[in-house]
Amino acid sequence: MASVDVADIAAVAEDGGRGRYRALTRRKLLILVLMAGALCLSLAIDLAWGPARYGLDQVVLALLDPAAVSDQVRTVVWDIRMPVAVMAIVVGAALSVAGAQMQTILANPLASPFTLGISAAASFGAALAIVTSVPLLPVAAGLIVPINAFVMALIATLFIHFVSQLRGVSVQTVVLLGIALVFTFNALLAFLQYLASEQALSAVVFWTMGSLTKATWPKIWVTLAVLLIALPLFARNAWALTAIRLGEDKAASMGVNVRYIRLETMLIVSLLAAVPVSFAGTIGFVGLVGPHIARMIVGEDQRFFLPASVLAGALLLSVTSIVSKSILPGVVFPIGIITALVGVPFFFSLILSNRRRSW
Amino acid sequence: MVALQLDDVGAYYGKTLAVAGVSTPQFEAGETVAVIGPNAAGKSTLFKRVAGLLRGPGSVHVDSARGTKAISYMPQDTAANAVLTVYESILLARKQGQSWRVGHADLTLIDDVLEALGIAGIAFRDLGALSGGQRQLVSIAQTLVREPEILLMDEPTSALDLHRQVEVLSFMQAEARRKGMIVLIAIHDLNQALRFADKVLVIADGRMRACGSSAEVITVEMLREVYRIDARIEKCSRAYDHVIVDGKAA
Repeated sequence: MASVDVADIAAVAEDGGRGRYRALTRRKLLILVLMAGALCLSLAIDLAWGPARYGLDQVVLALLDPAAVSDQVRTVVWDIRMPVAVMAIVVGAALSVAGAQMQTILANPLASPFTLGISAAASFGAALAIVTSVPLLPVAAGLIVPINAFVMALIATLFIHFVSQLRGVSVQTVVLLGIALVFTFNALLAFLQYLASEQALSAVVFWTMGSLTKATWPKIWVTLAVLLIALPLFARNAWALTAIRLGEDKAASMGVNVRYIRLETMLIVSLLAAVPVSFAGTIGFVGLVGPHIARMIVGEDQRFFLPASVLAGALLLSVTSIVSKSILPGVVFPIGIITALVGVPFFFSLILSNRRRSW
Repeated sequence: MVALQLDDVGAYYGKTLAVAGVSTPQFEAGETVAVIGPNAAGKSTLFKRVAGLLRGPGSVHVDSARGTKAISYMPQDTAANAVLTVYESILLARKQGQSWRVGHADLTLIDDVLEALGIAGIAFRDLGALSGGQRQLVSIAQTLVREPEILLMDEPTSALDLHRQVEVLSFMQAEARRKGMIVLIAIHDLNQALRFADKVLVIADGRMRACGSSAEVITVEMLREVYRIDARIEKCSRAYDHVIVDGKAA
């Protein structure tokens, strides 16, 4: 935090470092509350906007007392818009947290599900299902696309993790390897696309663009469940994960079992990255930028960084969901296309105004 | 009161036995021990072994109610680019393995340590904005807030100016005596070792060469054999032994 406000100065005069620390902690909590408030507002707008526009008062009424609004409003808000809007939030949150912890344990600002090839692997798995109908696990035909995507994403994540554990492998090597995976899976994807029928090809292209329009409650519950399992596990390791950002030696000297924390974190991250990608397709920007936004706003103390990453990712994708249906009336653009367009200007302005606290 | 003794201690670095056969007399509470030796002699490896971060033969006897948890190791300085303030980075060293709740006692201890090391003024600077010397002082603070009984400091003064070196080493010596800690300091400056250490442990090529009082260990012969220099040891104006280097040994 570059600026010091009056309350801080008063606190320092009275209490030394601990007063200032307490003041900064309060400020971070306030930021988290504001982000949560912005997310609620964004959700409400997402529910209100579409081909039929409602007022926020109507949306709030439909949420709090569904019997008080017309059947049409209730159906649109609850059955049509709600799954998409909530899916945007849980997918954004999951991808952002996955990216945050990848960046933490690999000590690399470029790490994210997208840049390490996990999204590309998932796309290849999905295309395999769409084009060849080959299941990677014996599952019902309706689930073959997400399950194939999930299996490939999991394989890619675990591959990255186990290579990163080899002696003498630096974090730079791991990122290079991830980029190599992106190219490999993209090539395999192109290969499948070349062989695909016209119908299958358009399905593959649509999938790889990333979309929330096929959101269903079961998909939301599964993603939310993974998120709700992951967050307490990360929270339990908050001090250790923060220490890892000081370097492996330093963390180990503080009593952190770096190897174990890395393994546990990467396994959870593999689920966090694979599940949303398998349901929503390739949504590239959130996993990379969500954590950077969180880092610039609250720093890297995981007690604040973790919730801030959740909120930043959720907010980013929720706003994107609104934008994706506001560009052309009646058209909902695939969210994967819009994410970067919405996020980049915001991200740039944040980096330029906050150079010292970016990575 | 804490005590530390190494018995035929060795350390594996990968599959290589990088350090072997280190047996020391018992180090007592309040003692400052300088660990000296040429570059790549195995000082850091030995420290990591004693801290339990590397495996190896032999045994490390720690006489403390906290067992090996009484030991805190301060690695050599590495630049960290984490977006954390100095204060946060010291707090997290203090809170490792504990709950999220930060108590009054935690913060008071941090304030005291920052004050004692003269870095209270940079407490809310980002780690990335510190100089090498400031980073080293922060690193010392991170180790001290863990309230260790045995402290292993790997070249804690290598980036400090002379004034700060003397300040930090005399502070550590005083803290060791006041709190009954054992402080092992890996250091290249033999004159500082002579000035501040109660005992000196010499290590070269992964083997212990000598361990005892500084006057017994830092001798003209040892300097010729281990460091390959011709030198004299004379008293300075304050009657401390001082190494004066004449040149490389033939």
